[in-house]
Amino acid sequence: MGKSNKDLILDPVFDNNPIALQVLGICSALAVTTQLSTSFVMAVAVTIVTACASAAIAAIRHRIPSSIRIIVQMTIIASLVIVVDQVLKAFAFKLSQELSVFVGLIITNCIVMGRAEGFAMKNSVKDSFLDGIGNGLGYGLILLVVGFFRELFGSGKLFGQIILPLKADGGWYEPNGLMLLSPSAFFIIGFFIWALRTWKPDQIESA
Amino acid sequence: MDIQALGNLFLKSAFVDNLALAYFLGMCTFLAVSKNVKTALGLGVAVIAVQTITVPINNLIYNLILKEGAWLVPANLEFLGLICFIGVIAAMVQILEMTLDKFFPPLYNALGIFLPLITVNCAILGGTLFMQQRDYTFTESVVFGVGSGFGWAAAIAGLAGIREKLRYSDIPAPLRGLGITFIIVGLMALGFQAFLGIQV
Repeated sequence: MGKSNKDLILDPVFDNNPIALQVLGICSALAVTTQLSTSFVMAVAVTIVTACASAAIAAIRHRIPSSIRIIVQMTIIASLVIVVDQVLKAFAFKLSQELSVFVGLIITNCIVMGRAEGFAMKNSVKDSFLDGIGNGLGYGLILLVVGFFRELFGSGKLFGQIILPLKADGGWYEPNGLMLLSPSAFFIIGFFIWALRTWKPDQIESA
Repeated sequence: MDIQALGNLFLKSAFVDNLALAYFLGMCTFLAVSKNVKTALGLGVAVIAVQTITVPINNLIYNLILKEGAWLVPANLEFLGLICFIGVIAAMVQILEMTLDKFFPPLYNALGIFLPLITVNCAILGGTLFMQQRDYTFTESVVFGVGSGFGWAAAIAGLAGIREKLRYSDIPAPLRGLGITFIIVGLMALGFQAFLGIQV
């Protein structure tokens, strides 16, 4: 028990962010950030899956033979993702259509696997659960920042509400089409990392 | 399905719908293993091989077993899809690894650690899920598997080439490493958008 509960949750958000510092979990998520609502759902889904998977794996960590641990982890994660997928399909069908294959891709999201392998196998259930929530939040933060900029500048809306009235609808804002294309997500994350590391210089990589 | 349509599908899956640059799949390995061209090429070849095998196999499993009213099991087992696909991928990677170890040791040694890592590469699972979503036939899924694997390999080799040259440039300290890599990948993705509309 080295860290307090607060540290377990807050550490991964800024100091040890899974996307900006550990380079984990960028894979499945960036394509969903054209709108804030899909990014939000994705962030919640990943947080739930990471927290529950970490807790479940921590609970049985003494009984998992190390030679087949990856398969055991995969199965637990895949089952949780199926639950999330089915819940989304039942209660938010339109959102799940927009997220398309990316809900399923949470399985191979390296954050979930990384935390299961790197933290949950060695720590108690409660700590693993909090660690999962913290990493999910750190991931969600970046997703929301990217989603915020892309939706605001790409289509002048936030959560589907009009903020900047578009020229096409008689307003004044000319939307930036680049923001709706995939390259913009890379640019925004690049700049986010730049800003984060200017703020916390100890994260700078040596050349 | 005639040859020309298949050719177009290949071009589309390799360039326009590039798994790495248009759908952000396999990004973790994409950024972590692109520091030099040689290892990047090795990983690229491994991805092509695994993708070519797993997408058609998963296509068969989906169409013959899981789909509603399928030939083998009439019940609708679609919700089991994710577990089956990831199982097939893990098993295929394992089999491929053992086969290479037995019959082509030099290639096996060259690929090294990258082969098992491919199991958790989202590009592979992503390829399978796109195949399911777009309802490809068996022939189409073979072409799609080869094409998307090739596109991913081309993208990572290109990025590795750029990053090798990057070592000599003067980058602001906070942007060094990961930051500048993201921006370069963004520029590459813009470049790949230019392939839109190319046909055989």
